[in-house]
Amino acid sequence: MSRLAKRLSELKAQNRAALVTYMMACDPNQATAQTVLNGLPGAGADIIELGMPFTDPMADGPAIQASALRALASGGSVKSCLEMVKAFRKTDQNTPMVLMGYFNPIYSWGVEKFCKDAAEAGVDGLIIVDLPPEEVDELLPHAKANDIDFIFLATPTSDDARLPTIVEKASGFVYYVSIAGITGTKTATTTDVGEAVARIRRHTELPICVGFGIRSREQAAELARFADGVVIGSVIVDMLAKGDSIVALALVRDIASGIKDARK
Amino acid sequence: MSKQNSFRSGPDERGHFGIFGGRYVAETLMPLILSVEKAYNDAKNDPAFQTEFRSLLRHYVGRPNPLYFASRLTEAWGGAKIYLKREDLNHTGAHKINNCIGQILVAKRMGKKRIIAETGAGQHGVATATVCALMGLDCVIYMGSTDIARQAPNVIRMKLLGAEVRPVVSGAATLKDAMNDALRDWVANVESTYYLIGTVAGPHPFPAMVRDFQTVIGEEVRAQCQELEGRLPDTLVACIGGGSNAMGMFHPFLDEPSVKIIGVEAAGYGIETGKHAASLTGGRPGVLHGNRTYLLQNIDGQIVEAHSISAGLDYPGIGPEHSWLHESGRVQYVSVTDDQALASFQTCTKLEGIIPALESSHALAHAEIIAKDLPKDHILVINMSGRGDKDVNTVAANLGLGSL
Repeated sequence: MSRLAKRLSELKAQNRAALVTYMMACDPNQATAQTVLNGLPGAGADIIELGMPFTDPMADGPAIQASALRALASGGSVKSCLEMVKAFRKTDQNTPMVLMGYFNPIYSWGVEKFCKDAAEAGVDGLIIVDLPPEEVDELLPHAKANDIDFIFLATPTSDDARLPTIVEKASGFVYYVSIAGITGTKTATTTDVGEAVARIRRHTELPICVGFGIRSREQAAELARFADGVVIGSVIVDMLAKGDSIVALALVRDIASGIKDARK
Repeated sequence: MSKQNSFRSGPDERGHFGIFGGRYVAETLMPLILSVEKAYNDAKNDPAFQTEFRSLLRHYVGRPNPLYFASRLTEAWGGAKIYLKREDLNHTGAHKINNCIGQILVAKRMGKKRIIAETGAGQHGVATATVCALMGLDCVIYMGSTDIARQAPNVIRMKLLGAEVRPVVSGAATLKDAMNDALRDWVANVESTYYLIGTVAGPHPFPAMVRDFQTVIGEEVRAQCQELEGRLPDTLVACIGGGSNAMGMFHPFLDEPSVKIIGVEAAGYGIETGKHAASLTGGRPGVLHGNRTYLLQNIDGQIVEAHSISAGLDYPGIGPEHSWLHESGRVQYVSVTDDQALASFQTCTKLEGIIPALESSHALAHAEIIAKDLPKDHILVINMSGRGDKDVNTVAANLGLGSL
């Protein structure tokens, strides 16, 4: 069983949602980001998404774009992302690690080589924002061959006609992007997200994690009542931008405790 | 993908020209992209749509525009017969309006009330604002703040036409960044909004749709050359940023082996300086803005800023069909520098009394290089894609004439 499947099924057995945390690799630099990354499981992160910086992050808002540009300015690259995962695995063998980014740096690295190198470094899953089901076939066989889950995004525009196309090739979990928009901007209502999650469940058995626009313990706890996982990203990135890794980890701890109690 | 014997049958049903093109967009946009494709396919096969499109091109845009024999340039360059396809005489002053007329009709069929677009030189922004005024639709134009500064007259035109011009400050604040922000707007406003892409790039079906609306250029050249010379032209030359004026002129001739076709990219300060916008000459294949195509990028797949004196060519990518035509060898792609384009800008202005856009001046510059070695009966057609009024401040600054 993959690390992702194992973690998600364990949490299901405990009747609680996963806390999925996003941070950008190499922001503000590799060493500082490594310290934060290594501290995330202790603060309560169940699954980690590590952002791979790209110059033109079209689905991201100003916070994550600025973060990507800082990361690149400090020398961030595909190579340094993989190094960070490798270093993380020296301290943690159990927390699933998902790389999230855009296709061009991976294409440039070489798709087959990237999947192999990522698996060797200890990567469990990939989220590639601009690789929809229509274009994924050039990467999917290589991900599968290396036991890497490919996680697809479902969105408010994914209706019953579209969802079968999305879940057909999905593994690991389905990432529900709860707003039609970019990261760190709008926030969806719990009712809308609840309906969307129920709709997606009619199409797949995979766990469903919800993200985009979740900034507080209260919001996270509300969603954790019915979602299999809750993703927080921009709020962590914002705090790291202020150079405050201790506050960022404290926030993760706070949200984690909210999620832990959500179904009690 | 395409039949072996034709260069005109692409893209395939998934929007690929060979390995290029495709639909590399965030999932939020996929249903919308698919609905644009359906709306366009329906429109293409609807005679009423074609009639309305042709009628607006004739009565509103002012087509057909002339294929003009430039006798003084011909004499000065001392070789091939030089013809200029006068897209600069279109309403709004460039070829961009052809595509805007077509897409605004598609947007109306889809029931969209709000139009967004990116612009570099401002020509596409002006053309979009124009058709929105004509159709009574809301219009938001994303434009890099660098470009707003160097194309001020077009910014004022867009505002007068009722558009909101949103300055883009991210990255180098030019066309690439404007396209990023337009895509972000579209993701956030999928229900109400239509993204009117201005060039033969972006996710399928845009490269094919924009090309189809621009092929009126090549179709007219073909008919006009037949009328004036009784035969096909020998050489076609057009400038390339994203490549819509070039694709529009080239496409009807791709299966005519006797016609030599040349696309001219912007070499900026020179390819060797790294400060240029020549994706085919100085880039390699990658994925950006919804399609796979040649891109300016570093070794790690990060996009590199382009440079050109011409805001309309200042883009690190190129339409995917051009990438495919480049690799197949059917079209030859070359590049000319800022200085060469500036020189040709002045030559054309002084000898023909036609002020060309800096974009089109790149095509003129390459034509000047090859014309002298061609026989006197060789018919060379240059796409005069736009007029240069918008560029007078840039040119004045570069020639030390002070600003206006």
